[in-house]
Amino acid sequence: MKKQEPGMTLIVKTITRLTVGLILLFGIYIVSHGHISPGGGFAGGVIIALSFIHIMLAFGKEAAFKRINQKVASFFESLGAIMFITIAILGMVSGYFFLNFGMKGEPFELFSAGTMPLLNIAIAFKVGSGLFMIVVILVLLKISKKGEE
Amino acid sequence: MTHHLLPLFIIIPLSASFVNSLLGKRIKGFSDIISSIATLSLAVVSVYSVFLIKDSGMIVYRVGGWAPPVGISMVMDGLTSFMLVTVNVVAFLISIYSINYMEKYTEKWNFYCLFLLMIAGMNGVIISGDMFNLYVFLEIAAISSYALVAFGTEHEELEAAFKYAVMGTLASSFILLGIVFLYSFTSTLNMADMSMEIARKGTSCIVLLAGVLFLVGFGLKSALVPFHAWLPDAHPSAPAPISAMLSGVLIKSLGIYAILRIFFNVLGASPKILSVMMVMGVLSMMVGVILAVGQWDLKRLLAYHSISQVGYVILGIGLGTPLGILGGLFHLFNHSVFKSLLFLNSGAVEYAAGTRDLEKMGGLREKMGVTANTSLIASMSISGIPPFNGFWSKMIIIAACVQAGHFAFASWAVIGSILTLASFMKVQRYAFLGELKSTLNKIKEVPFFMKLSMIVLAVICVASGLLLLPDVFKVFLGPARDAVLTGGEYAKNVFRVLR
Amino acid sequence: MTVYFLCLILFCIGLYCIFRKRNLIKIIIGIAIIEYAVNLFFVLVGYKMNGRVPIYSPDQTILDMVDPLPQALVLTAIVIGLAVIALLVALAMRVYEKYGTFDITKIRRLKG
Repeated sequence: MKKQEPGMTLIVKTITRLTVGLILLFGIYIVSHGHISPGGGFAGGVIIALSFIHIMLAFGKEAAFKRINQKVASFFESLGAIMFITIAILGMVSGYFFLNFGMKGEPFELFSAGTMPLLNIAIAFKVGSGLFMIVVILVLLKISKKGEE
Repeated sequence: MTHHLLPLFIIIPLSASFVNSLLGKRIKGFSDIISSIATLSLAVVSVYSVFLIKDSGMIVYRVGGWAPPVGISMVMDGLTSFMLVTVNVVAFLISIYSINYMEKYTEKWNFYCLFLLMIAGMNGVIISGDMFNLYVFLEIAAISSYALVAFGTEHEELEAAFKYAVMGTLASSFILLGIVFLYSFTSTLNMADMSMEIARKGTSCIVLLAGVLFLVGFGLKSALVPFHAWLPDAHPSAPAPISAMLSGVLIKSLGIYAILRIFFNVLGASPKILSVMMVMGVLSMMVGVILAVGQWDLKRLLAYHSISQVGYVILGIGLGTPLGILGGLFHLFNHSVFKSLLFLNSGAVEYAAGTRDLEKMGGLREKMGVTANTSLIASMSISGIPPFNGFWSKMIIIAACVQAGHFAFASWAVIGSILTLASFMKVQRYAFLGELKSTLNKIKEVPFFMKLSMIVLAVICVASGLLLLPDVFKVFLGPARDAVLTGGEYAKNVFRVLR
Repeated sequence: MTVYFLCLILFCIGLYCIFRKRNLIKIIIGIAIIEYAVNLFFVLVGYKMNGRVPIYSPDQTILDMVDPLPQALVLTAIVIGLAVIALLVALAMRVYEKYGTFDITKIRRLKG
């Protein structure tokens, strides 16, 4: 009986090695261009999380944990949330809650629209690490079947 | 500083929850301190806001500097400050109680994260001036409560949490569908703008359909009678501070406050919907009390009584007369106070004696003096015995029924009150009076913070009758009743303050 | 008009799943179908005949665009739906661990 090695077949592993970096880069592109083209924090965050989940599905969970382990993911989740509410409170200092301070350049440029790119990045941290942690927890829960007592 | 008062109700619990999720696991005892500080500051700010409203009447805050109807706004009037005081003061006392109680569960920092998120959601629902913002905060509070009900992860808690989550999500989908219909009719989402558009265009089928959808959705959130089936399973299975929070504040803030705001201020209260609400109120009263008398599990009995008392509130509100609305609002405040006290008492009994079954208890009065006395005060309040606060609010509701000519409803209310008294006499006799069973010889009184919060709640129970004195009434209950009564004036006031 | 009726039929299919199916996972799928139906209906409410996509770029004028507000709100509603379904699936897995079955007629400890 062949030893069961973790992960999927050779074809899936090869394709994953080639494409997972591109998926991560594409997710970062969607997050950073959130104020110019459709997408934004949530959609980009989901794609970033999917790149890590892709590694976990193709290679097994130890390989995924070598790249980003659970403590780091939990830290990024809280960091994203704290960044979001700090930017919102800072708006209160110069006017209203959530005010869009910061330099507003020309429309359709990358460095424009005040605080919106920073908020997009904060949401991407939170959503990406949150979704990754949800799938990790659902995988790690060991089902020990106990009948009715 | 008063300029920036309104967002504080959301900022404080949200940032406390996020900081807690970062540092709560590493530093021991950190989550207790930060949660107590956050809820204490919320309670102080909410009491301060009552005095702020006295002079100006209404405060409107534009989030991000965008003026409505383009932007999202937060509105504070008399009803808002009334609900905020109810929610935040009770939340502070429950947060102190859970410093000692939650030692029995693991992962206390998890509990405080979810608890603070639930408070942030409830505050957001109350101060929101925009329909979709109300939906988002409603979902935040509801999802946190689904997770909190399943906190102990025993058999029954998980089953009850699953049932509660499925029914709650269905209700939220109905609410979203109602918001969609209203958006397609009025093409705006701001509450003040929407009420002016509906007053201009007249009542059509779509408004009636949206009204029915809202009644179903928010009725399920506040456990009115055809939609009450989740409550007797969910409230007993939660840990005791969460039962007190759910039964005392969540069903009121998410359910009854939203019904008040939407039906009286936005849609315009039509007599058909008010009479449906009255019938549902009377049904809730009777079904709740009759099913409660036969229960032997202490927390399940209290959960059925929640259904019955919410029926009183909806009966008072459905009357539509000034006295009826005053009675309903006052009973809402009283019920938050004494029902939380009753659930905290049952938690103290469970902490000390380890059981919730009435047949296994007996004679706890000798060993647990504070718990027994506060439980006696709360039982007399809920049954409507003078001079405690339940008596005043029930008398106002019954007097309003008689004044409006609905003698049948008034007699049902009196019968419900008598049955409530009967079931609480059962609780007192089985749990606190009688012989101390030999298995319970070693129990002692509960620790300090639990005693403190129970005593403070009992003091509020006794002193709430003073809220009807004319000077205090003009500040606290009067603006709340006026904000509900003058339905269409809400929109005009918002735009007047903005200009 | 027929599109709105089809959304309503999708909503009723989801309701049927919640009421009549006995497996926990099928109930969760019913909730997901209801959420898709409500979100789809919301986006379709904002449609304008012969409208264009509401994306602003340097060479487009703001004429004849469909309503962008429901699209932004549906984004939020989809996120909320995702959170609810994740919580329900985690609860269902824990229930399976304790009770040993997914059948709701056998998970009936709370009665009365």
